[in-house]
Amino acid sequence: MPFDLLAEALNPVQQDYLLQARQMQAMSFAVHIPIVCFGISFPAIVMFVEWMYLRTGDPVYRQLAKRWSKVMLALFAVGVVTGTILSFELGILWPNFMSTFGEVFGLGFTLEGFSFFTEAIFIAIYLYGWDRMAPKMHFLSGIPVVISGLTGSLTVITVNAWMNNPTGFRLEDGKAVDVKPWKALFGNDYFWHELVHMYVAGYIVTGFLVAGVYAWGWMKGERGRYHRVALTVALTAACVAAPVQVIVGDWAAREVATHQPVKLAAFEGLQETTRAAPLNIGGIYSESEQRVKGGVEIPKLLSLFAFHDPNAKVTGLDSVPEEDRPPVAITRISFSTMVGIGTLLAALSVFFLWHRLRRRLPESVWFWRAVVASGPLSLVALIAGWVSTEVGRQPWVVYKVMRTEEAVTGAGGIPVGYAVLAVVYVLLVAATIWILRRLAAVPLEEAKAAPPTVAGDG
Amino acid sequence: MVLILAGLAAYAVLGGADFGAGLWELAARGPKNAEVREHTHHAMAPVWEANHVWLVLVLVVCWTAYPTAFASIFSTLTIPLFIAGVGIILRGTSYALRSGSPTEREESALSITLALSSVLTPFALGACAGAIASGRVPVGNAGGDPWSSWLNPTSLLVGMLAVLAAAFVAAVYLAGDAKRAGLTDLVLPFRKRALVSGAVLGAATIAGPLVLHEDARPLFDGLSSGAGLAAGFVSGAAGVLTLLLVYRERYEPARYVSGIAIAAIIAGWGLAQDPIFLPGLTVEEAAAGDSTLVAMAISVAIGMLILVPSLWLLFRLQLSGRFDEEGEKPEPEREISRAERPSIPPAAVAALAGIGAAVTFFAEGWLRGAGVAAMLAGASLGFLLLGTPEEEGREES
Repeated sequence: MPFDLLAEALNPVQQDYLLQARQMQAMSFAVHIPIVCFGISFPAIVMFVEWMYLRTGDPVYRQLAKRWSKVMLALFAVGVVTGTILSFELGILWPNFMSTFGEVFGLGFTLEGFSFFTEAIFIAIYLYGWDRMAPKMHFLSGIPVVISGLTGSLTVITVNAWMNNPTGFRLEDGKAVDVKPWKALFGNDYFWHELVHMYVAGYIVTGFLVAGVYAWGWMKGERGRYHRVALTVALTAACVAAPVQVIVGDWAAREVATHQPVKLAAFEGLQETTRAAPLNIGGIYSESEQRVKGGVEIPKLLSLFAFHDPNAKVTGLDSVPEEDRPPVAITRISFSTMVGIGTLLAALSVFFLWHRLRRRLPESVWFWRAVVASGPLSLVALIAGWVSTEVGRQPWVVYKVMRTEEAVTGAGGIPVGYAVLAVVYVLLVAATIWILRRLAAVPLEEAKAAPPTVAGDG
Repeated sequence: MVLILAGLAAYAVLGGADFGAGLWELAARGPKNAEVREHTHHAMAPVWEANHVWLVLVLVVCWTAYPTAFASIFSTLTIPLFIAGVGIILRGTSYALRSGSPTEREESALSITLALSSVLTPFALGACAGAIASGRVPVGNAGGDPWSSWLNPTSLLVGMLAVLAAAFVAAVYLAGDAKRAGLTDLVLPFRKRALVSGAVLGAATIAGPLVLHEDARPLFDGLSSGAGLAAGFVSGAAGVLTLLLVYRERYEPARYVSGIAIAAIIAGWGLAQDPIFLPGLTVEEAAAGDSTLVAMAISVAIGMLILVPSLWLLFRLQLSGRFDEEGEKPEPEREISRAERPSIPPAAVAALAGIGAAVTFFAEGWLRGAGVAAMLAGASLGFLLLGTPEEEGREES
């Protein structure tokens, strides 16, 4: 058996720049994950608008779908390249993780590869097919984009769920044996809440970011029919999703409490295992004193949230040795940020939906300012949420199976790569903003082409 | 393994055409060549993403089926792979930005970026291939030398061949596209490019064995005997045939034959190395467990069932020039119907979402799943109900 030889050959190595390697990976995710949100939800929103066009024949919908689909393609291109970098980095930075467990979770990425491929093909057909295909055919060509956008991120989430709750294999001399890839990825009960949580987040982030842009225009007086439609569609999508996320988030937190109690303890900075644990709101965790300082403590609330029982026992950080605990301060502050912003967005959403039910848009300028702010805020919440789950998993790359320091590469020069990639990403983000502004600056066709058409129709 | 090689071949031909097109943009600087640049961009924009994904597919199949080899390759060849990665970012970005109708100065910056990254990426990837082929990637975490593993005669040769091959394939394709699109004054320049780059490529390939003989003896032996040699002949013959076809301005068949020439090189590499993957590691030993391989074979089969017809559709639309037609097809004029929104009572929608939320909150297991589904259905219906604004008449009065 060559396995023994291999296991030895790919032994963990001393890596002086483990933290930089983690930050480099984190930076790449932070650039990619907002694009994922657009990949999940934007095609469906664009298709909804095109469907409205097919139903009503109103050219405003067609115009909107067409313009949004250009944004969709530009963001997809950014997603393609940043996603490719992520897959390069898995090998470049974490070779031991890949060599030991590639065969367990790799299937998820294989399926993702095909989804991604299908998406690339049909997004091209959809975009370049405007005006060149029969309207119904064109609409149909968009459906695979929606489906593959969903399945692509779904399969990646299965891998993350597996890293947090590894199943479907046995370890023998540091080698994964008895591998059941389907069970590991799709039979994992940790997968469902991650999936739903991420998808709902996709609608929140996309909806608020897009709505924020039009809300800005709204405050500057751009209130034509085109803007009204764009604003209503995007904002409603975000606002039906945000309250749902409160319930889904509660579900996700309870799953974490059950499966990864130490992560939950880090979310809340809970030091000792406690019955009827209180919840501290607003305090800051001090790593040196190992406790939460400041803030307001509400008795029994943490037990109530985590287990729906005010007297339940909540596991504390002291349940595991110090070297097995995640960095608490950053995990806790990210988690509080996500929850705080999520709650605000849900409140804003309820206010908006209340107005929509009465068939109008809110008047208050403060509401529109809040919508403008909600875009960046939802992005912050997204990244904070992802930091809390990923940093909260540390020091494990595969929960309680492989430590991150055992996964890292032995290659040198990580700081150089990190610096180069940081510069490239700054350029990439600047370029993305540039192209989105450029696309937005293209004057509406309405001004030149649409009036005669409408007049002719009427 | 066959799958990886097939994926590599597809990437080399299609992605190669992509890189080559970017490269010709560099050669076509200056305002009088704006047309050339426009043509290359136009030909590649709809398909570059799909072409690129072949690479991703090769990566994921490799790490699933050959995790140890994948890890060894990536940890040793960190630097060239990183360079290739950065090149991919720059290329993708400049493609995306081109669709943002840039000004002349911006466009010239973009095409330089595109062209440079189009040289860098295939060169770096070729150098990696050369490193693996010359046995410079040992099994282990960063086991090989970070520099000499890919800065050596074989790697430099393969890297250079990759760039030349990309240029050649792209010129053949673009000449064909130009002819089809009726851009007669562009056909000849690309024909010339195809002939020149093909001749250079041919010369470099003939010089190749000399380098391999000195630097990578096992690979040379593999390529100069048996199946490896046969693949080499196929590639050579296809290359010469392509040149002849281009010379006689038969671009459509040349397109396919040039693809065969490239694919045969990749096949020859595989055959020459067989059964060794990395030094001391055969393909069989490197393979993942049976259950993983079976699962992967199943998913690849299903994936291909979806992929092949989709790709066929894309290329048919692209090659038949459906994406070229300028002038908009006029939309059929139709009455704007102010169709009423779906008549679902809001109270029912709210109840569905509310009950779903409550079930999600309190229930466990399957029941909770149903609760989540109900909640999401409620939210979606709510969106349908509220997602579009009222008609102006009703509101703006």
